[in-house]
Amino acid sequence: MELMKKTAAELSAMLERKEVSAVELAKAAFARTAEVDGKVGAYLTVAEDPALAAAEAVDRRRAAGETLPPLAGVPVAVKDNICTEGTLTTCASKMLYNFVPPYNATVIEKLTENGAVVTGKVNMDEFAMGSSCENSAMKVTHNPHGLDRVPGGSSGGSAAVVAAGEVPLSLGSDTGGSIRQPASFCGVVGLKPTYGAVSRYGLIAFASSLDQIGPFARTVEDAAMLMDAIVGHDPLHDSTSAKAPFEGSLRANLNADMKGVRIGLPKEYFGAGISDEVRASVLAAADTYKALGAEVFEISLPLVEYALPIYYILSSAEASSNLARFDGVKYGYRAEGCEELLDIYVKSRSQGFGQEVQRRIMLGTYVLSSGYYDAYYKKARAAQRKIRAEFAAAFETCDVILTPVAPTTAYEIGSRTTNPLEMYAGDICTVSINIAGLPAMVQPCGFDGNRLPIGMQLIGPRFGEQKLMNAGLAYEQASGLKNIIAAL
Amino acid sequence: MKYEAVIGLEVHAELSTKSKIYCSCSAKFGAGINTHTCPVCTGMPGALPVLNRQVVHYAAKMGLATGCTINQLCKADRKNYFYPDLPKAYQISQFDVPICENGEVWFYVNGEKKCCRLERIHFEEDAGKLLHEEIDGTVVDFNRCGVPLIEMVTRPDLRSSAEAKEFLETIKTTLSYLDICDCKMEEGSIRCDINVSIRPEGSEELGTRVEMKNVNTFSGAVRAIDYEIKRQIDLVEAGGTVQQETRRWDDVKMKNTVMRTKEDAQDYRYFPDPDLIAVEIDDAWLEKIRSEIPELPVSRYERYRNEYGMTAMEARQLSDSFAKATMLDEAAASGKVKPKAAANWILSDVSKYLNDTEKELEATALTSEKLVDLICLIDSGTISGNAGKKVLVQLFETDESAEQIVERLGLKQVSDEGAILSIVQDVLAKNEKAVADFKAGKNVTGFLVGQCMKASKGQGNPQVINKLLAAELQKL
Repeated sequence: MELMKKTAAELSAMLERKEVSAVELAKAAFARTAEVDGKVGAYLTVAEDPALAAAEAVDRRRAAGETLPPLAGVPVAVKDNICTEGTLTTCASKMLYNFVPPYNATVIEKLTENGAVVTGKVNMDEFAMGSSCENSAMKVTHNPHGLDRVPGGSSGGSAAVVAAGEVPLSLGSDTGGSIRQPASFCGVVGLKPTYGAVSRYGLIAFASSLDQIGPFARTVEDAAMLMDAIVGHDPLHDSTSAKAPFEGSLRANLNADMKGVRIGLPKEYFGAGISDEVRASVLAAADTYKALGAEVFEISLPLVEYALPIYYILSSAEASSNLARFDGVKYGYRAEGCEELLDIYVKSRSQGFGQEVQRRIMLGTYVLSSGYYDAYYKKARAAQRKIRAEFAAAFETCDVILTPVAPTTAYEIGSRTTNPLEMYAGDICTVSINIAGLPAMVQPCGFDGNRLPIGMQLIGPRFGEQKLMNAGLAYEQASGLKNIIAAL
Repeated sequence: MKYEAVIGLEVHAELSTKSKIYCSCSAKFGAGINTHTCPVCTGMPGALPVLNRQVVHYAAKMGLATGCTINQLCKADRKNYFYPDLPKAYQISQFDVPICENGEVWFYVNGEKKCCRLERIHFEEDAGKLLHEEIDGTVVDFNRCGVPLIEMVTRPDLRSSAEAKEFLETIKTTLSYLDICDCKMEEGSIRCDINVSIRPEGSEELGTRVEMKNVNTFSGAVRAIDYEIKRQIDLVEAGGTVQQETRRWDDVKMKNTVMRTKEDAQDYRYFPDPDLIAVEIDDAWLEKIRSEIPELPVSRYERYRNEYGMTAMEARQLSDSFAKATMLDEAAASGKVKPKAAANWILSDVSKYLNDTEKELEATALTSEKLVDLICLIDSGTISGNAGKKVLVQLFETDESAEQIVERLGLKQVSDEGAILSIVQDVLAKNEKAVADFKAGKNVTGFLVGQCMKASKGQGNPQVINKLLAAELQKL
């Protein structure tokens, strides 16, 4: 248990000094999971055997005198929409309840190259559609900081598993806030990289033009460490991956000096929808930055009010096409008692997909339909270009932008499941970043009256991950808000 | 009333790239079921496409060869529909910005030159195949899934099945000249959908069109078009109206049946594929593609007719085959032989050999240099025409030069008058009866020449034999 309280950086150093073995770490992680995951419910599949085999391989290499990457031997949990060869990958959907991928996602290949030990697959909203993990067809995941609360979503399992101290690191994916909002709810660090920085190959697509895989950790340095391992061009597998996202290691280049760093506070993100506690906490963080020597000033991003409709049009349109392959023919769920082909399609999809997924497929099908395409999809794309331009202009005057992540802290399980629109509105601070293709990092900046974590969001220019990490580190050092493990 | 048919075609050609359009699987035909597959071409969750640039190269090549404008910045779009042979439930195709637009295809029909405009050429991925008879149920074979295709869409410029057939033949020879399609009809390398409408002769308005699918051969296209024209005319004559619909052609039953009516027309919900980036063809690349395009079949056809005075059939036979036409042009360019002589060899003995052995010219050892040498050996009298035919067979099969083969087979012609004179005299001495017949006024020349050829083991120069024999007979 004590081992799992440590950061990935600390564990990495211990491994290197041979104070602990990778096998011991893996076992410690599984012991912690055995202890607390009954309450948290983060894991869908615990991959104990492959993890121990990977850990043994790392220990053998280290014993043989090899110099290994920093991540070698460090346990990492993976969101269940990232393909792992030979290990169940369900997207928390009945549709893929039995799907074992025949191949690894590029990020999994990279983790393996780096010697990371994948501990298993964690819960999420079905096909990454949702903000609370309540859309999982598999199980309920609880917020480790308040077990009656949601962990956020869609990467709720990835956030909870790190916050609960079951592993120091995890991977999630973010299409409209799916890394950042659960990071905020669970009091951990979560990075949504610039679109194209991390290969999407093997990430089961929700909305291809918005999806990005990113790290969860309990410190900025740990997030940088995991990001260093997964970033990079993937010319053979992902046409949208960027050639040279950034130079060198984010972790090695960390620099907490905030003097003269220009931080913009866009007034539109601090508006009426944001709870007073969240607003006050983020503004207090802005004051911390001022005290550290940063220039902090208000800016305006008037077009972001359109981000929500743009997001729901584009993401649903792409989802309706991306999820069409789940047709009961090749893999996954097939309804029984089908008389003809159309039956297989209609029954398998009606029974295999949950309500939220079906709602978005219908929405997306509608906006792409002949006669509606121009009014919805095409207009949304045009508006997206304007939002991108607006952010680009903002980054002429700022180095980073600071905003809240979610209007509130983690809410009670079951409290918002009846009205999808209310749930969608919670994405207001995060979706604009995916629309603009920018990197954004979330980290804890305080707690509310119920001792639930509050998060803040740092937004950077394209491939400005280093700026985010530096600003995040500076705040972490000043506030001491790091490596927060929920008391369970 | 007299009617005019208006026909437009959508021709699909499989490109002969080594790998598929969006993954590195082999695009080769005929492998075991589902052996040329990977997560990408079987539509596994999470798999992503990466464009094979050779496809862009080939598509642009066809566009340039047909006078199209090339959209140097184009994109891939998703065409969404459900079918078990389409594992992603969308086909990656091109919608509003195809790689090539506004081309022209020229061809001859009954000696008259015609043009059919091309609206567009775009690239896309082929679907898999459903094998219904394999086992109890249906097997989906994804080997073909992701094989690159170009779709060529014509304007409604064709007026008869004969024109459609000539258009298709021209597309086929052009593809083969460009070396971008193996043109194996039996493997489905070229397929077409046919749009047919009719209108009163002289009318400029287009009638309601019917689309026909499942046409797999050019002769099938002729039958399908003729059937559909007659069906529409009969329908209208009987007081009916043509419905906009899609019909399936059955080449065995020789009729078509309704597949889909206008009401069931699918909404493909095209949108730009977010997994792919824009395709950019810069000027240098475009010029490289342009430089690879050889003189095209129709141009060669016209040149052979006009410059070499060939008949339409000769010119067509030669220009239809890139390999034969190229052999002819290279032989002519050598300046050592008459083009017509080379053409005659290619049209007769070369073609016969290829037909008999079912070989492609490129797959044999015969080259234009070898053919030129052979013709020169005959022209110079070193070997006889008959010996030349024997040499040719060897030229197809060995790497030896014509001279080496002549030497090896001992085919060199004897033209030495002294040697031949002694043969002639010997033959006359041995054939007293023939000599007697000659004296009696009978024509025995043919017989005696044959005897001389036999005595010379076929190597005697027939002209020299003729001359000396005539002289000897005179002396009698």
